[in-house]
Amino acid sequence: MADVTLNRSAAVEAARGDAQGKAANPASPRKLSRGMLCSLPVLLTLLLGFVAPLATVAAYAFATPRSFDVFRSFTLENFETIFDPANTVWTSFVWSLALATATVVLLAIIAYPIAWGLARVFGRWAGFVSVLFVFPLFVSENVRLYGWSLFFIKNGVLDGALKLIGMAGPDVLYTPGATLFGMVYVYLPFMLFPMVLGLAMVPKELVEAARDLGASRLMIWREIELPLAMPGIMIGMLLTFVLAVGAVAESKILGGQSVIVATHDIEIAFTYAQNWPLGSALALILTVIVGVLSLVAISRLDLDRILGRR
Amino acid sequence: MMTAAAHPLARAQASAPPILQLVGVRKTFGDFAAVERIDLDIRDGEFLTIVGPSGSGKTTLLRMLAGMEAPSEGEISLRGQRLNDVPSNRRPTCLVFQSLALFPHKSVGENIEFPLKVKKIAPAARKARALELLRMVRLPESYYGKNVMKCSGGERQRVALARALAYDPEVLFFDEPLSALDYKLRKAMEKELKDLHRESGKTFIYITHSLEEAMVMSDRIGVMQAGRLVQVGTPEEIYTRPSTKFVSEFMGEVNVFEAARENGVWRIEGIEAPIRLALPPSMSGADKAAVVVRPEFMRFVDAPGGADNCLSGVVFNEYSLGSRIQYQVRVGEKTFLLELSRANARKGEGDAALIGWDSADAIVVGT
Repeated sequence: MADVTLNRSAAVEAARGDAQGKAANPASPRKLSRGMLCSLPVLLTLLLGFVAPLATVAAYAFATPRSFDVFRSFTLENFETIFDPANTVWTSFVWSLALATATVVLLAIIAYPIAWGLARVFGRWAGFVSVLFVFPLFVSENVRLYGWSLFFIKNGVLDGALKLIGMAGPDVLYTPGATLFGMVYVYLPFMLFPMVLGLAMVPKELVEAARDLGASRLMIWREIELPLAMPGIMIGMLLTFVLAVGAVAESKILGGQSVIVATHDIEIAFTYAQNWPLGSALALILTVIVGVLSLVAISRLDLDRILGRR
Repeated sequence: MMTAAAHPLARAQASAPPILQLVGVRKTFGDFAAVERIDLDIRDGEFLTIVGPSGSGKTTLLRMLAGMEAPSEGEISLRGQRLNDVPSNRRPTCLVFQSLALFPHKSVGENIEFPLKVKKIAPAARKARALELLRMVRLPESYYGKNVMKCSGGERQRVALARALAYDPEVLFFDEPLSALDYKLRKAMEKELKDLHRESGKTFIYITHSLEEAMVMSDRIGVMQAGRLVQVGTPEEIYTRPSTKFVSEFMGEVNVFEAARENGVWRIEGIEAPIRLALPPSMSGADKAAVVVRPEFMRFVDAPGGADNCLSGVVFNEYSLGSRIQYQVRVGEKTFLLELSRANARKGEGDAALIGWDSADAIVVGT
């Protein structure tokens, strides 16, 4: 008997609990969840500081050229100007994309062995080497680039030193090559560290296991190390590409405007030319190109794995 | 396998040339010797298990055999050929890691096929072999395309095994691969591994810290302590004739006590009553010894003289093991462990008890 009453009261308890649960549920959507509430400041900042300016730029891109009547006129004239083959604006885009691509490829080749060393070989020296690579970041980019221009300039460090031993220095400053050099130099850490992260993610045991199963070094690299380190490498490539496409100081200081990159065109449009709509259209095109590339790359990445959530 | 002397097959195996031979193998890391001069012949086709507590050097020994670590001294040879300088990818051996080391970016099928891909075998033949191996490790063929990270612990175990078998090694090494599994699955895998050993006819060298695991699977067991191989023998030999106190203690719960001889009479330290000891010939004349008595060889006796050795004490703990019952009996300052079947268990906590054992059931080893 006692058992039965006990069971019954338990059932009543359960039913009551259920009812409370149901009563509590409809109330919850009205209140913001705690996560939403906490992220609100960040969301607002992003909205005001990132989305709003971007929307303004997008709006300006469709305004009458050489005017400031944004939101009052709609025209595709700015884009026509840009895509008109008679104008040479498109060449700056080609230069920007070509220089950025070359930077990414060169950096991948240069950074991989260093990253491999940092992740696998250097051991307790890895920290020191990392600091050496980070250190230049404490000095302004422009200052460093002017330093390099002193290095490459006629009668500068390189040219002067070569003349001392009776050789003519190469004429490298103010060429697209110098621009490329500057980009590779400035963005090396941004390729290197994600790459180290990627390589560090490859468990040593997997490499040992592959070797134990008969694989050669090349096979291990192709089948195990590279695919497993790929997320890190991809992040490095994406980061450096985005930075290099948006770079302007290298082409100005080291390239000496021997080639005009897209960002330089945008700057001119907004400043000397006072043609904000054209500048906005240029910026919009560049943003779309970079945005699409980034989305494609990120969609192929497993961010959870990189952040160690899995 | 029975004792080597009794079993004709065992004798034939013992006289066959060893597949792996270790002569004076030593490994040091700085000043620390992880493995100390090990001599060992591993027979073709045997299941040898190396047991030892963590830090006893068993993993280092295995890594040397697999070619991932070079011995500091000594020689390892396979069928008479020096193996020391052969890199692991050229050795006909394969290691199943404790972590299993499955390739997370490859499917079950691609994992198994990896060693075949290395050998440049055509894709169709690779797939056929992989499916065959899936059957062999009792996984459904539908697992071929499955993401290896989506497999359960037991399934991954089987994939790792199939991948190792795909390499077709002469010797397979196992570094505690079952340690991450739950008890029930581990028990089942132990038996499957033993079946697989028989089916494949390959030499298995297995490492574990669980002697229980070793007992179930092995033809021979080697016990390691602080870098040394202290005893090698069949499970029966290790169980019934442990060579040292360490080995006997490693075998599970046992009664171990130090005994000393004074004026020709043996006494357990701290207990007045004299005991009778049957010293092995190698220890004749010794005045100190460690006595090992298994809990199942101890019993309650009705009166003094009911066993070769009798001690009186008090029961202070009783544990049920299911079909059997364990008692802790305190005699003086010492605690003795008895394990009896339920039928013979007739004492309760707090009862005075006379416990005893026969000299023949006691193992006497050096201290």
